[in-house]
Amino acid sequence: MAENKSKTVLNRGSVQKIRELGLLGFIVILSVFIQCRNPSFLTAENLNDLITNTAILSLLSVGMMMVIITRGIDLSIGATLALSGMITAMTVRSHPALSPFLALLLGTTIGLLCGIVIGFLVAKTSILPIIATLGMMNVFRGMTFLISGGRWVSAHQMSSSFKHIATGSIFGVNHLILIAIITYLIFYYFINHTRTGRKIYAVGSNPQSARISGINVDRTLWLVYAIMGALTGLSGVLWVSKFASAQSNTAMGYEMNVIAACVVGGVSIAGGTGKVSGLLSGVLLLGILNNALPLLNVSPFWQDAIQGGIILLAVIVGALVRRNTDKKNLIGREE
Amino acid sequence: MSKYILELKGITKTFPGVKALDNVCFQLKPGEIHALMGENGAGKSTFIKIITGVHQPDEGEIYFKGEQVVIDNPNDSKKLGIAAIYQHATSYPDLSVTENIFIGHEYICPQTKRLLWKKMNAKAQEYLDELGANFESTTMMKALSVAQQQIVEIAKALSANAEVIIMDEPTSSLTTSESEDLYRIAESLRDSGTSIIFISHRFEDMYRLADIVTVLRDSKYIGTWGVNEVSNEDLIKAMVGREITQLFPEKKRVLGKEILKVHGLGKIGYFSDISFTLRKGEILGLTGLVGAGRTELCQAIFGIHSYDKGHIYLEGSEVEINHPSDAMQLGIGYLPEDRQAQGLILEWGLEKNISLSALDKISRNGWLNKKEEIKIAKRLADKVNVKARSVFDLAKQLSGGNQQKVVVAKLLTADLKIIILDEPTKGVDVGAKSAIFEIMTDLAVQGYAIIMISSEMPEILGMSDRILVMREGRITAEMTGEEASQERILEAAMKKTA
Amino acid sequence: MSSVNIQTEKKFSLQTFFFQWEWLLLLIFVMINIINAHLSPYYLNTFTLLDATMGFLDKAFIALPMAFVIIFGDIDISVGSTVALSSVVMAVLYNAGVPMYLAMLACLSVGLICGFINGILIVKFKELSAIIVTLSTMILYRGIAYIILENQAAGGFPQWFSFLGWGYIKGIPFILALFAVTALVFAFLLHKTTFGRKVYAIGNNAVASRFSGVKVDKMKVIVFTLTGFMTAVASLFLTSKMGSTRPNIASGYELDAIAMVVLGGVSTSGGKGRMIGVILSIFIVGLLRYGLGLINVSSQIVLIIIGLLLIVSVMISSLNIRMGKSKE
Repeated sequence: MAENKSKTVLNRGSVQKIRELGLLGFIVILSVFIQCRNPSFLTAENLNDLITNTAILSLLSVGMMMVIITRGIDLSIGATLALSGMITAMTVRSHPALSPFLALLLGTTIGLLCGIVIGFLVAKTSILPIIATLGMMNVFRGMTFLISGGRWVSAHQMSSSFKHIATGSIFGVNHLILIAIITYLIFYYFINHTRTGRKIYAVGSNPQSARISGINVDRTLWLVYAIMGALTGLSGVLWVSKFASAQSNTAMGYEMNVIAACVVGGVSIAGGTGKVSGLLSGVLLLGILNNALPLLNVSPFWQDAIQGGIILLAVIVGALVRRNTDKKNLIGREE
Repeated sequence: MSKYILELKGITKTFPGVKALDNVCFQLKPGEIHALMGENGAGKSTFIKIITGVHQPDEGEIYFKGEQVVIDNPNDSKKLGIAAIYQHATSYPDLSVTENIFIGHEYICPQTKRLLWKKMNAKAQEYLDELGANFESTTMMKALSVAQQQIVEIAKALSANAEVIIMDEPTSSLTTSESEDLYRIAESLRDSGTSIIFISHRFEDMYRLADIVTVLRDSKYIGTWGVNEVSNEDLIKAMVGREITQLFPEKKRVLGKEILKVHGLGKIGYFSDISFTLRKGEILGLTGLVGAGRTELCQAIFGIHSYDKGHIYLEGSEVEINHPSDAMQLGIGYLPEDRQAQGLILEWGLEKNISLSALDKISRNGWLNKKEEIKIAKRLADKVNVKARSVFDLAKQLSGGNQQKVVVAKLLTADLKIIILDEPTKGVDVGAKSAIFEIMTDLAVQGYAIIMISSEMPEILGMSDRILVMREGRITAEMTGEEASQERILEAAMKKTA
Repeated sequence: MSSVNIQTEKKFSLQTFFFQWEWLLLLIFVMINIINAHLSPYYLNTFTLLDATMGFLDKAFIALPMAFVIIFGDIDISVGSTVALSSVVMAVLYNAGVPMYLAMLACLSVGLICGFINGILIVKFKELSAIIVTLSTMILYRGIAYIILENQAAGGFPQWFSFLGWGYIKGIPFILALFAVTALVFAFLLHKTTFGRKVYAIGNNAVASRFSGVKVDKMKVIVFTLTGFMTAVASLFLTSKMGSTRPNIASGYELDAIAMVVLGGVSTSGGKGRMIGVILSIFIVGLLRYGLGLINVSSQIVLIIIGLLLIVSVMISSLNIRMGKSKE
């Protein structure tokens, strides 16, 4: 009986791992397939491109993962990104001498402010995250239009030092990649090795007992949305610098890609679960899809449908795997 | 230093409309296992919540090691060294065992504020080994069984250096052997000087484990006895307040012909090889420990869960039931165990609650007839004697007993032949209990066939014409009401698999 | 046993009567009209008013079934994509030589199927929640629209097709007339039939509903399918109004529809809300947009105002619930 039980435990505990390995396996098979069709896929140059292009998605996904772990969702990040990117770009336009660091700081601060507002709505009023962020998405997007007057800030209006933020590199590694790596290291540590980081999981896993055991649930929620905002603000600057243009409709609908990366990466919308390692493979899969579909000469018009289909497939397979393990455990109990 | 580690004097707590505790006293010595007993609604949970700081008393004093203390919130009681293990695990299912044990008092590197996982894992494993657990500290909490989760809760208490551990019905979801493990752990904790307050409905828990027992009844303190000094009858009398035979109406029914026959019913992991019959006008008691598969069996008959094997015959012909609506069409009704979550829509008035299971009756071609709805609701609410001001009173405003009566009234809207009642008196006060028993007897006399699931021995013995006992998913005994006794039922419910 | 007489007469309480969300909405509605009339001398003219309704009523067809979805406590964010997909399919079929009325039928069927897929997925994979399911299908449906039409526009519909969006019947815009009938049907469906009663029951407590014999899964599939169908109806009107279609039309329609429903007093946690509120808020949002257009307020500010309106209305209605004035 006792032996049987420990086997059961092993079974269920490893579901997450099976999922992650399955996803990695899928990524490998996909890569091999793409490589066979187009040998330029696995070249250093293309891989560098791939990772550079995925860096912003990965930044946003870390923040979104934390939000989803607390049982929330943030639909406003596309708009926040556009707002912070636009304000930063306009500042750079009027002050070409502005140091890139200050530009990054400015964008991050704007994002942080947006995040704080949303955090307030979610934590302190009883508005559901989906509604609060839906509303603020409209507000932030409208503000972006309003501030810019609907006009673009284009490449020639930006200083070269500003554009250098996203195009430059240290030791041959693109700044974007560096920023992403540093962010991941910081948040890996924060999520797994600090008390505050673990509280995020506790709040998402069981809000009632988190309250009873003296965790400040409101503050944790607020913090999570503020972090999401700050990361989005940072991403806004990077985005504008990378594409060398700031538009009012920048990153419209991009929140869906970010949520998709999280969900594919095994972050459960029911809250409480999600790991950085899983998230990375989710981000990687989306990055590969974005990168490889053009290489395969897939029409750009197929990309959305393929993406939507894969997300749906990933979440359904994930649900089925989980169910199957539960069933096996029951049979195990019977014996 | 006082000779008591924890002492409560004259505790009174009033909630809007209810006096939950009335001048209750309690004394706990170091290294003692103290059973706290009483019926549902006697005030045990409120009492525990006072000690753990979830509620604050209106009157009364709390002394810890002889000093008066004020416990304003759960953190205060934690600091004093009081830990509680609740009936429903309050854990974080998505976190590891180690984290569950240490949450709120993690080991932290004083300089970097980094969590010391290695140290915590090792220490957690130490606790687990000490408690004889068969799982690792890095396991996810949701992968554990209820019994294993309880061990984690105990380890959590140990890690917080608890000197007083409160166990709230810890054995209610455990198998016999798991309970035995828990007894062993509790004893070794006692021997090392920890005091335990043990709340249970089960006499066997108390006799096996406790040194001393305190009884609460109707929010009041009744008395404290040494376990060896008090007889079973006296204890029951103390808990119930009168001879229990008064509670049950006389059995004076004539049984009709067979209406339901279940043959070889099985569902992997829940129950197997279940066969029994039910006659018109009969009250069939279905008992066994929680987790024996009683609820799952009845829910399968009602179409909430599927079954893998076997057949159900209704009045001689085989039926297939895939959904509660099928069952209701065939004349089978089910009163769920958790009336608030499964039986009622709390935000709705009585009239809508009562009519929900019989919308066809109050509608023509899908159009609601609200006058008819009110008429039916009024008739049925009167029939089961619901105490309410009007049929528009919201279900959440009623007392537990009246809520239960509304759920019974819901059953009566449909043309039922068979009624399954799952723990019909759970959390209901004594007065409402006897009212529910009276309704049940009335229904049986009218020819309804009734299956009553219950864990409470007196009501099984007092109400049933025939009794089925389940253990680990199988029926282990069948006996008539006359030949049944507490001992026989317990033996069938608990005996180890040969 | 003491027998208590249970009352069957509903007591009229002035407080509860006036403490209804809909009064507030009505007040806002009247105020918007007064302001609009103030802004433009031509506003309070039947023709202008009727004309104004043509501008926003297409979305309103989505808001009606969306109210059912939100009363369930679910959400459907794939409706904008469904509009695009059904419209694109219709245009492509028509341009391929299929008779227009068959193409329109195809449009409705596509909406129906999209909704049905949502419903089936939500029921079969309960652990995924409606948000994730409709989020995925939102990307998927729009993606399919792009596959079909790429980045082009398709149109050239027969002359009579524009009647849907622009036509009048006896001086009343066709879209308004049809909306009035549809809204009435939905209001009756929700408040006067067993179907509506079951919708509320599921939104309040799905488990208790199932235990009471309500076929919860079937109900959900029906409502999501209905949403898909009504979305296709909206798609017909939108396409007719625009005269041509592209895969990127109706982006953001889900927000408008959800905003209309939530502003109408339907609680996102399920189980509460009334059709009259939703209908009022449809006109509030629509006329507000129209009025802001009159004074040349840019559509961006309108965006901000609608976002704030959404948040403030949820805030107020949750305050309302906290004060214990909850109602059906």
